[in-house]
Amino acid sequence: MTLRSALAVSAVAAVAAALTWLFFVGLPRWYGGPAKAAAAPAPVQVPAGRKIKARLFYVAADGSNLTSVERDVAYGEGTAGQAKEIINAQLAPVTEPLLSAVPPGTTLRALFVTANGEAYVDFTREITAAHPGGSLDELLTVYTIVNALTVNLPAVSGVQVLVNGKEVDTLAGHVDLRRPLAKNLAWVQ
Amino acid sequence: MSLFGRGLASQGVAQPSPLTLLAKEGRRVIPVSLVNDQEFIALDDLAPIFQLTVREESLALTVSYKGKLIVLTSDQGLASVAGKLVSLPAPPTRAGRRWLVPLEFISRALAPVYDTRLELRKPSRLLIAGDLRVPQVTVRYEPVGTTARLTVDATPRATSTVSQDNDRLAIKFDADALDIATPPLVPFPPQGVLQAIRVLDPVTLGVDLGPRFAGFKASTQPVDQTMRLVIDLLSTQTQTETTQPVPPPSLPAAPAPDLSALNQPVSAVRTIAIDPGHGGDDEGAKGDNGVKEKDVTLSVARRVKASIEARLGIRVMLTRDDDRNVPLDERTAVANNNKADLFISLHASASLRKSAVGASIFSVAFDQAAEETARLALAPERLPTFNGGLRDIELVPWDLAQIGHIDQSIELATILRRQFQDRIALSPRPVERAPLRVLESANMPAVLIEMGYLTNPDQEKQLAGADFQNALVQAVFEAVLKFRDALDQGRLAAAGGTP
Repeated sequence: MTLRSALAVSAVAAVAAALTWLFFVGLPRWYGGPAKAAAAPAPVQVPAGRKIKARLFYVAADGSNLTSVERDVAYGEGTAGQAKEIINAQLAPVTEPLLSAVPPGTTLRALFVTANGEAYVDFTREITAAHPGGSLDELLTVYTIVNALTVNLPAVSGVQVLVNGKEVDTLAGHVDLRRPLAKNLAWVQ
Repeated sequence: MSLFGRGLASQGVAQPSPLTLLAKEGRRVIPVSLVNDQEFIALDDLAPIFQLTVREESLALTVSYKGKLIVLTSDQGLASVAGKLVSLPAPPTRAGRRWLVPLEFISRALAPVYDTRLELRKPSRLLIAGDLRVPQVTVRYEPVGTTARLTVDATPRATSTVSQDNDRLAIKFDADALDIATPPLVPFPPQGVLQAIRVLDPVTLGVDLGPRFAGFKASTQPVDQTMRLVIDLLSTQTQTETTQPVPPPSLPAAPAPDLSALNQPVSAVRTIAIDPGHGGDDEGAKGDNGVKEKDVTLSVARRVKASIEARLGIRVMLTRDDDRNVPLDERTAVANNNKADLFISLHASASLRKSAVGASIFSVAFDQAAEETARLALAPERLPTFNGGLRDIELVPWDLAQIGHIDQSIELATILRRQFQDRIALSPRPVERAPLRVLESANMPAVLIEMGYLTNPDQEKQLAGADFQNALVQAVFEAVLKFRDALDQGRLAAAGGTP
């Protein structure tokens, strides 16, 4: 193989790689909302680093409301896969001025979405054990999770929080978690 | 023996009521004499009962019990009891050949040297020997329209069972005897649901039922050291009205003035349940300086109870009156089973933002599906009654009971906010609605008050202090008063409003 032909092969490979990136990463990022991303066909091999934009929720400066910020969140396969990525992004540690209403140390154990759009989100025990208590803070914790899924994933209509694989009455004695809760933006500034 | 016909007939007359000695072996009457307005008892009467030996010496009386000496001087209100000096309200006095000693001789001189416990309850005319369970029992009677409510308190706590035997209810206490201290009751109407209350045996009270009696509901609730039994006596008149909504044509168009005076309207708020949040191993929120939500809520609840009971005469029950964990369902069950007219849950908040400050008042919010379920359930079903009639019964799922009271709960929250705003700091969200678990099962107007933030260092100090707690109690008191007046004057929507 001559030097010229070797360069030509390299150039073709580079263009192919660029086109691959453009089709699978660039275009979805430009055109794809969360719903589109969630609805992406499953068998396609997704390159690492693919992202979607999602709104995540944090405690507002007055401590009595939530505030939302837009963040890049890893792409996930299907509604449940994308929901897991959103929750994991929501649980990731943040620095001031952001403050998470979900107690530190909480991790996602499992997540599944039923055919009628109810998401069951199972957290480790820190979400109750490390909760400071108080109705308002508990409401902010619960609606951080509920809104993170219902706002970003139109396919999710309600969210029920589980702890350590079990249904719970409340996180800290206040907000009823026995039924899935619907989106509630009244708690967002 | 009729208890409540004439009150304490023997008080204030020359011959005082005798003492009744209660002991494991039985009961016995000990005569009491009045000398110079002072009650005396004869040593001759006490000696055989308590195995005392009495010796008269030149200037003293010596009473000995199993080698222990009580020395009384004939001219001083003093006694030496096993070497210790105690005072008596009067010196011993002679009546013929008998020596009399003041009644207090029993509690101050004899009790300290006696083998078993001696307890003198002078107002009740009881002397209790040994560890007998003798609760003090008070009975209150409250006419409620054509029905009536009996409230029977037993202190210290004693459980009781209520059974019906033809035209009498028997209230039998789990006790050795009863110490009945009841003020005279208002006269019972001659054709009402009850005619008299009397003692049937040492541990049983009897309620003689009247011609209008149709049934009863009894419930018990511990209140501090007291076990409270509430018996609602139902009237046949009420059932007739329920089953025959159209009044007979012979009724007068308007009641005569004297009749309306007799039928004073009964307030819509007669019982309030106060729920001190958390308790026991559930400490709730905690401040940096160690103030715990469970302690603040209990302290405020007790103050609210004392204030409302003393000043408004409304019965206030606490869902817990000590440091224990009460499940959320049990808290509303206490309120529902005792037919509380209001439910107020007390809490203190926590926030990840230390600067967060102020009180919030919550009423419940249900999601749309739950509301639809409950609304369908709220449509009454007509069911047969024991007497052969039909009654409209609303069958509401237990965990959605609050849905029929949402409008009034919001109104109560609004009234509370108005009373709070000049007294304590309010949060940026002073009145809110949320799916709060403890409110959902409450079958009466219900709110949850977050009094302030324990995570805010200034508020932590305030919440633990008497000034803040008293200001909050005064606000709750005023709000209850205003809510009651609004209900009584028909200024609030009836229960069952739209959310």
